Amino acid sequence: MSAANARLRDLGTPPRGAEQTQLHPELNRAHVRFINLGKTYDGTVHALHGIDLAIQRGEVFGIIGRSGAGKSSLIRTINRLEQPSSGRVLIDQVDIGDFDEDRLVALRRRIGMIFQHFNLMSAKTVWQNVELPLKVAGIPRPQREQKVRELLELVGLQDKHKAYPAQLSGGQKQRVGIARSLVHDPEILLCDEATSALDPETTQSILALLREINRRLGLTIVLITHEMAVIRDICDRVVVLEHGKIVEQGPVWQVFGNPQHAVSQTLLAPLQHDLPPELQSRLQSTRVAADAAVVLRLQFTGSATDEPDLAALFSALGGRVRLLQGGVERIQGHALGQLLLAVNGSAHSAEELRNRAANWAQQVEVLGYGV
Amino acid sequence: MGFDRLVQGAIDTLLMVGVSSLIALLVGIPLAVFLVTSDKGGIYQAPALNRVLGAFVNLFRSIPFLILMVALIPFTRLIVGTTYGVWAAVVPLTIAATPFFARIAEVSLREVDHGLIEAAQAMGCRRWHIIRHVLLPEALPGIVGGFTITLVTMINSSAMAGAIGAGGLGDIAYRYGYQRFDTQIMLTVIVLLVVLVAVIQLGGDRLARVLNKR
Repeated sequence: MSAANARLRDLGTPPRGAEQTQLHPELNRAHVRFINLGKTYDGTVHALHGIDLAIQRGEVFGIIGRSGAGKSSLIRTINRLEQPSSGRVLIDQVDIGDFDEDRLVALRRRIGMIFQHFNLMSAKTVWQNVELPLKVAGIPRPQREQKVRELLELVGLQDKHKAYPAQLSGGQKQRVGIARSLVHDPEILLCDEATSALDPETTQSILALLREINRRLGLTIVLITHEMAVIRDICDRVVVLEHGKIVEQGPVWQVFGNPQHAVSQTLLAPLQHDLPPELQSRLQSTRVAADAAVVLRLQFTGSATDEPDLAALFSALGGRVRLLQGGVERIQGHALGQLLLAVNGSAHSAEELRNRAANWAQQVEVLGYGV
Repeated sequence: MGFDRLVQGAIDTLLMVGVSSLIALLVGIPLAVFLVTSDKGGIYQAPALNRVLGAFVNLFRSIPFLILMVALIPFTRLIVGTTYGVWAAVVPLTIAATPFFARIAEVSLREVDHGLIEAAQAMGCRRWHIIRHVLLPEALPGIVGGFTITLVTMINSSAMAGAIGAGGLGDIAYRYGYQRFDTQIMLTVIVLLVVLVAVIQLGGDRLARVLNKR
């Protein structure tokens, strides 16, 4: 590396791609940035490939994908637990690629991390676990005590400070993990499948805690998960990872309302309601009887600002409209969902019904006839 | 054969075992830490050095103690100036005990969950912090258990050392019990050794249990 490059790096300016910065000023404010990041194991296995991504300060950013998609490798490049094979990682516009141990230790104290299996020291009490990062940083005892007390209070475990991890429940262990990750007042919190080992109720309480931390302390949260529900409940933006590549990204409501990639659709499937098998079996693909109902699927992808006006919709369709199944949920202020309707005795053809319904829903499909 | 001689024998045995085990503890733990951390993927990765040291440890572990003791006679004379008595026995005992204990401690250190090391790195621990605050405390119950096994094994070996003139309970049992057919002394020595081993084993187990918070 030339001296000029080294100077640029110290100034926090990426040596390459200065023109990019001018074109996209928002990239310049990015908290974490990946530039053409790649990771290969043993020279052949591509864990990550050509990742370009900018995570903004203060947002909750989700990375989702099936197991083996490269999520773990990607999140670990942020605190260099994983060394990228190619490309760069910028934290606050500073390339962390050539950090020595001293700078790496300093960087890691600015970045907290929590884990799926909590990774608490079994031989240390709750108090000692939370205190450990401060102790190794050489913080004097009075400050350590104050900080540990403060954080145990934040996660609601003041009375458990003498307990050993083995005596705690999963949710309590993760709270200790969170307290430990926050002792250095980090600006970024990495969550590695932080709720995957927890039951749904505990998951909710941990997510609520993370949300609160994000709001109160204003830190950037990067989380990886294979559960779409986690993304829905807490994230602002999401990327979908598959075979080490980004296949889809955007605001959560957009990816939820209108997933483009097959992988996103598969991951979303558990949260969606399909036609129940019992109705499916009575459905026919052609209209055999003249009085058979037309079954429509209306999808709301969240791009409209208003909630669907049902009275107007029903009168436009005409005839007798029955609601077979459906619901709408709100994500980031956008109404997303679907309705399955059976229309009887309408004067309109199936095609016309579809066109009319399209005035209210973003996507309409004729599923079949009958029921 | 008086009571005094038995007491002296017990003291000699404890001395031989105590000194050699203590040195084994002090040398064995750093050796074990090195064997673990210098291995491929370890925090002080040095695979070549790791293999050399590993081979060296295996070499000493594969030699039966009786042969090791005889083979080391010139070395012993160099170190303590004599080949007879308690201190002469300490040399081969230590050289046998150190690799033995190091291997057992190494197993305990290896069993420390890699996730804990990762968590320590993520929280900004330097490498020696990881050894000091993660590897050693987490492996401590296993290391205590391993040291107990080492002590018992050393009592066994010290009796063998007694047979070539190191003193101790083994020497007494050999000379009075075997060479003079004094069954009473033989039995007394056996009882003493059984009690000694039981006390060490019990104490070690209890300590390991108290330390184990998992």
